Amino acid sequence: MGMAETHREAFRDEALELLSELESALLELEYRPDEQELIGRTFRAMHTIKGSGGMFGFTEISDFTHEVETVFDLVRSGAVAVDKELIDLTLRSCDLIRAMLEGDGSADAETRRKLTALFRDIARPGEPASLPSEDSAPATEGGSAAGGDVERVYRIRFIPSRDILKTGTDPALLLDELRQLGSCTVIAHPERIPRLDELEPEDCHTFWDVLLTTNRGINAIRDVFIFVEDDGELHIDVLDTHVSLSEGSTGKKLGEILVERGDLSSEDIHKALSFQRRLGELLVEKGMASPAQVESALVEQRHVREVQQRRQSNEAAASIRVSSERLDKLVNLVGELVTVQARLSMTADHRCDPQLTLLAEEVERLTAELRDSTLTLRMMPIGGCFSRFTRLVRDLSGELGKNVELVTCGGETELDKTVLERLNDPLVHIIRNSIDHGIETPDVRLAGGKPAQGTVRLTAEHSGDSVTITIEDDGAGLDGDAIRAKAVDRGLLNPSAASCDKELFSLIFAPGFSTAKTVTGVSGRGVGMDVVKRAIDSLRGSIDISSRRGIGTVITIRLPLTLAIIETLLVKAAGESYVMPLSLVEECIELNRVDAVPSSGNRLVNVRGGIVPYVSLRDSFNLGGAAPDIEQIVITNLSGNRFGIVVDSVVGEHQTVIKTLGRVYRNVEGISGATILGDGDIALILDIPALMGGTGPQ
Amino acid sequence: MAHTLLVVDDSASMRQMVTFTLKDAGYEVIAAAHGKEALAKLDGTRVSMVITDLNMPEMDGIELIRQLRSRPGCRFIPIVMLTTESQEAKKQAGRQAGASGWIVKPFNPDQLVETVRKFVK
Repeated sequence: MGMAETHREAFRDEALELLSELESALLELEYRPDEQELIGRTFRAMHTIKGSGGMFGFTEISDFTHEVETVFDLVRSGAVAVDKELIDLTLRSCDLIRAMLEGDGSADAETRRKLTALFRDIARPGEPASLPSEDSAPATEGGSAAGGDVERVYRIRFIPSRDILKTGTDPALLLDELRQLGSCTVIAHPERIPRLDELEPEDCHTFWDVLLTTNRGINAIRDVFIFVEDDGELHIDVLDTHVSLSEGSTGKKLGEILVERGDLSSEDIHKALSFQRRLGELLVEKGMASPAQVESALVEQRHVREVQQRRQSNEAAASIRVSSERLDKLVNLVGELVTVQARLSMTADHRCDPQLTLLAEEVERLTAELRDSTLTLRMMPIGGCFSRFTRLVRDLSGELGKNVELVTCGGETELDKTVLERLNDPLVHIIRNSIDHGIETPDVRLAGGKPAQGTVRLTAEHSGDSVTITIEDDGAGLDGDAIRAKAVDRGLLNPSAASCDKELFSLIFAPGFSTAKTVTGVSGRGVGMDVVKRAIDSLRGSIDISSRRGIGTVITIRLPLTLAIIETLLVKAAGESYVMPLSLVEECIELNRVDAVPSSGNRLVNVRGGIVPYVSLRDSFNLGGAAPDIEQIVITNLSGNRFGIVVDSVVGEHQTVIKTLGRVYRNVEGISGATILGDGDIALILDIPALMGGTGPQ
Repeated sequence: MAHTLLVVDDSASMRQMVTFTLKDAGYEVIAAAHGKEALAKLDGTRVSMVITDLNMPEMDGIELIRQLRSRPGCRFIPIVMLTTESQEAKKQAGRQAGASGWIVKPFNPDQLVETVRKFVK
């Protein structure tokens, strides 16, 4: 049952109770028609049914009860007398409301209309009792002139009532609220503050001028002052800021502003101008305007000028929108250029022509710069993606009766646009899971000694050429036993197999796996985590899960910054070229036969005292041929796990423009793509996580 | 430290809805069914804001506002009334008594929280 439905249920119970109380009050009232206490009870019951009915969506009940309430309000004030007819009518109304409560609110419309007309007739005798119309047109909002979008500068003068503090309103909070609407300059006018011995400390003696630049429209400003504008004074003017600066003016002159505000007449200004000194100083000196008035007007002049200048510079340095298609094309072209540049460099190396070498180096430098700036064009902060989740968390937690706060961190971290787009769905799924399965209901949390409010923390940060995103909740954690039971049940795990938590947890990424006891609308259909894993894999990323029972779960996703071009290490094995992401490479060492630890068929190497598992490319890919006497081993590091790959030789760093292998080779394990080398050869891109999975912890 | 709000309404369903909404928004809530209960429950507790219905048995909202304003700890706290469209006169009486603002029923939870945020920072 959703929260709204729970509230409706509570209202229904309450209204039924009120109705029976109302009936007994009415029956008593019939014998003691003048008793104010009874009349008051009747009125209050109707009033509550009306007010709460409207709150919980029983609009028809609310509308109908309004008619009855109106009449009893008149009874209360003595304008209408209680008689048998009124008691009868009201009792019939009780029956009708009860029927409406128990039905779907669609109870006998005819009875409702008749009763409404009768009550209206009592309330306004003589007037033709018009039948209530079925639907009244909703009030329309003010026109676009009052609405937002266009940025304008508003001059707001707010003179609060002296009693504002005594009605519990803090003017400073109102000014803060204005500041949230846009760029805001506030000038306080202290000139009305009396001398200390005459000062009434609980009164408000100050008033304010505010210059506000906002696109939210005048109604948003009025809303800020909604509760205080009747008691105090509020003037809001729109300033014309579209006078161009280039026309030689500097915006409105001080005198014009003072006259416009009604602080001074234009004669005063002319008189003052004849003294030919700075107008502001003169006005103050002659006592025509207070320093605060002049200061305030000067501030306005400055504020408007700033707005105009900003607008001008904005127009000058305006950003332009480019379709992503064009960007993608540009990235592709840069990729081709990088490939050609590599060939050029290689050719130049062979020719031993100093001039050509110089040119090739120049082209190399420029290409690298071009590549970097092109790739940053596609980068977008992940914050936009994050902010959509706030709503998701809010709605979901409401739906599930949980209290969850989403904390995000690192929203400024930038990722390739394509990566971001494809990341949204997996993240939604993980967050849904965290809230649905992870975070407990508030009572369970409190019982477990946790705060009632659960937290889901979303963090993004750079690490090398990849971005790490973690989704962390402080919920119940994963239930290792439930996962094991389910995995055995699904045939994903051998019942006798002993496995550590990490292995068990990784099973939730298996297709068709779900441990939720009941299927909710949110998650639990068992499609999901496997889809998430596939999505992350397709982005050349990795996903990891760790969890502690009762403490929470952390899901870590590592993603490459971009999908287009990466720095790689070029290696050779059996005459073939391979590249691997440089970010994963820790070091390259010679594979010394002595260091190779022959242990029960596993290939392990002793790297300065540490034991590191390795595979040989020659063996993994069945390349055949004899290995050279001295092989090289590239030590990679994947989220803390070291892993070696044995190759014939290490060539060096290489700029890799990633090409996909196409459909046919989609299922090849250990290879994630291909690239074209400087000499036109093709090198395959090694999928390190997949190669590593091949050895696995035994 | 979460703000504590005092919610006064004789309708149990309204109390439940308002309390739930405010707790959900991170506030602590003290709920009372009418003015007298509110004053009794308030005894000694500091609240950041009061949200009160107007029509209530025992002690109505107007009298409650008047009494709160005469208490030393409540002279300057925001008090918001829950009113209906038809209660203009009551609303004015509430403002006379020292109410800071009002919310017109029916309202949705977002409007309620928005109004509270206007007064409690």
